[in-house]
Amino acid sequence: MDYQKYLRNENFPHIWCSGCGAGIALKAILRAIDDLGIEQDDVAMVSGIGCSSRTTGYVDFNTIHTTHGRPLTFATGLKMARPDMTVLVVTGDGDATAIGGNHLIHAARRNIDMTVILYNNNIYGMTGGQASPTTPLGDIGTTAPFGAVENTFDISGLVIAAGAAYVARCTAFHAKLLDDLIRKGIEKKGFSLIEVMAPCPTAYGKLNKKGSGAKMILDQKDAAVRIAKAEKMTAEELEEKIVIGVLVDRDIPEYIQSCDAAVAQAMNARNGSA
Amino acid sequence: MNPRTSMMQGNIAVAEGAIAAGCRFFAGYPITPSTEIAEHLARSLPLLGGRFMQMEDEIAAMGAVIGASLGGMKSMTATSGPGFSLKQENIGYASITETPVVIVNVMRGGPSTGIPTLPSQGDVMQARWGTHGDHPIIVLTPAGVREAFDMTVQAFNFSERFRVPVILLLDEIIGHVHEKVTLPDPEDLVVIDRKKPTVPPEEYLPFEIDETMVPAMANFGEGYRYHVTGLVHDQTGFPTMDEVKIEMMLNRLHGKLDKYADEIIQVEETGTEDAEIGIICYGSSARSARQAMRELRDEGIPVGMLRIKTMWPFPTDRIRAFADRVSHLVVPELNLGQIAHEVEHASCDRAEVVRVNRITGDPIHPEEIVQKIKECR
Ligand SMILES: Cc1ncc(C[n+]2csc(CCOP(=O)(O)OP(=O)(O)O)c2C)c(N)n1
Ligand code: SF4
Repeated sequence: MDYQKYLRNENFPHIWCSGCGAGIALKAILRAIDDLGIEQDDVAMVSGIGCSSRTTGYVDFNTIHTTHGRPLTFATGLKMARPDMTVLVVTGDGDATAIGGNHLIHAARRNIDMTVILYNNNIYGMTGGQASPTTPLGDIGTTAPFGAVENTFDISGLVIAAGAAYVARCTAFHAKLLDDLIRKGIEKKGFSLIEVMAPCPTAYGKLNKKGSGAKMILDQKDAAVRIAKAEKMTAEELEEKIVIGVLVDRDIPEYIQSCDAAVAQAMNARNGSA
Repeated sequence: MNPRTSMMQGNIAVAEGAIAAGCRFFAGYPITPSTEIAEHLARSLPLLGGRFMQMEDEIAAMGAVIGASLGGMKSMTATSGPGFSLKQENIGYASITETPVVIVNVMRGGPSTGIPTLPSQGDVMQARWGTHGDHPIIVLTPAGVREAFDMTVQAFNFSERFRVPVILLLDEIIGHVHEKVTLPDPEDLVVIDRKKPTVPPEEYLPFEIDETMVPAMANFGEGYRYHVTGLVHDQTGFPTMDEVKIEMMLNRLHGKLDKYADEIIQVEETGTEDAEIGIICYGSSARSARQAMRELRDEGIPVGMLRIKTMWPFPTDRIRAFADRVSHLVVPELNLGQIAHEVEHASCDRAEVVRVNRITGDPIHPEEIVQKIKECR
């Protein structure tokens, strides 16, 4: 596959540290788009603010690098104006679940057709390692110097509960699977979210002595459990594990289609009674 | 009777003005006293091929209208004080990315939840400086129902033409007053759309610096792939840390409104030629001022009135010229003197600035203005 075709080469080198999970996720997104054969002109990618959200600057689509936490709101407006476009959202755990948490649950609740690729690195990377809503209990952040004491969000679980049509989780190690999960998410009519466990060796890794990016990725490999297997395991056995694969895939009404159907019905009723 | 004549509320006139200007996307969140705008557009827009969304909050509504505008739909949101505060960060985003959007703020008493159902003009400074950093913005303030319609059309025209967010500031009185209006024939309306690129995509510079100062804007999905970011960017749209490029970009961003200031800045002058005392007013306070002026003129006191229609950029030159001809400038407003400050700056001691203020939620009585003016003599 020709990655160059999809990249804005003039903007390289990128800002990501070596060993960062962002690049792996980016390549998987490009493979998914290429696989589906979607024209670049028909793809919009919208991101928030953070290391993960810098992705939009590097890809040759219609791109919007928005404000911190708000990419889903911009993407929603864009999708309403251009329902024909494939709308992707790239965001981080802080962007999507702290400052943008309300938008995340409401976009999922509406089940508006778009695909979110959320790089979960368990930390605020861009601002230098502050605790995020997914920093594991006891782990160190610069603003949690004695260990995080807040419970963490199960992002995928949250989005499933809010009503998304499709939710999947993957790690940066399982890059091939990731292509597949993203492709299915894009194909799905409705709100899709793919949570990518993406290591941040520089901030989270260093603060928590997790080793190099490569080491962190290999640790993810060991912690990963496929969903089919996980379903047969106990909660205890699943502690510290990362369940990967398609977590939810359901056919439920998509928001814009529902809007259009309601309006069509109202128009028919009017014309009928006229 | 003309079928376009009816009793209409100010908020409905805003909604109708938006439709007439080609607005086809509205996103908002309910808040008194602006809600009628959303409700009217919820009923009308979908039947016109447009789209309406009630978002989870005002921040989301502001993001959504920017997204829809980038997708090529003329877009508007409407709110009041607390919601206006929430929108500020994304208003700055629209400003730096030069995305055309219209934001309606029907002002109510503040601060905070304040006096939800009563009028105020307390957001005139927030409309100018609410978002952080120096930024271009246009703010229009209607004083009647027909003008609310016209100014909404104009807000869209300015925003499309100059690629700038435009804020329409109503106070509760203008939002809720009912007046008999005859709306213009749609064919007689001037509706301006954003300038589209004429070059092929590979030559397109989304933030090009040229003599018009306003770059052509491609809509998403039309074959011109480009990047939109709230980071300071160069002509290509990509972030830059190059001092020269930063300066060029910011000079154009601010300079574009200076270049077209004569077109943008509008005031209405009544009786200013022979006036000895002047009134500077806007919005509902202008209605009290007009009445006061009538009474004073009947008594033979030559009073003139300059009504601010374009609040920002501020009509400094027009007010200064007026200040040259009068002894006093009386400024009635439903706040503690936000615009009086600006009038003082414009007047530069040429005329004495006298304030008439009220923040308790009731309008300023013409009598109070009459009284103040008599005291000036
Ligand atoms: C309104 C606002 N608040 C705070 C910031 C500062 N900020 C920038 S990125 C960021 C955190 C990003 O974390 P995350 O979304 O997890 O992305 P990562 O950098 O880890 O990929 C913060 C707090 C901002 N840009 N805007
Ligand atoms: S700080 Fe962390 S998230 Fe940011 S680029 Fe470096 S490794 Fe990646």
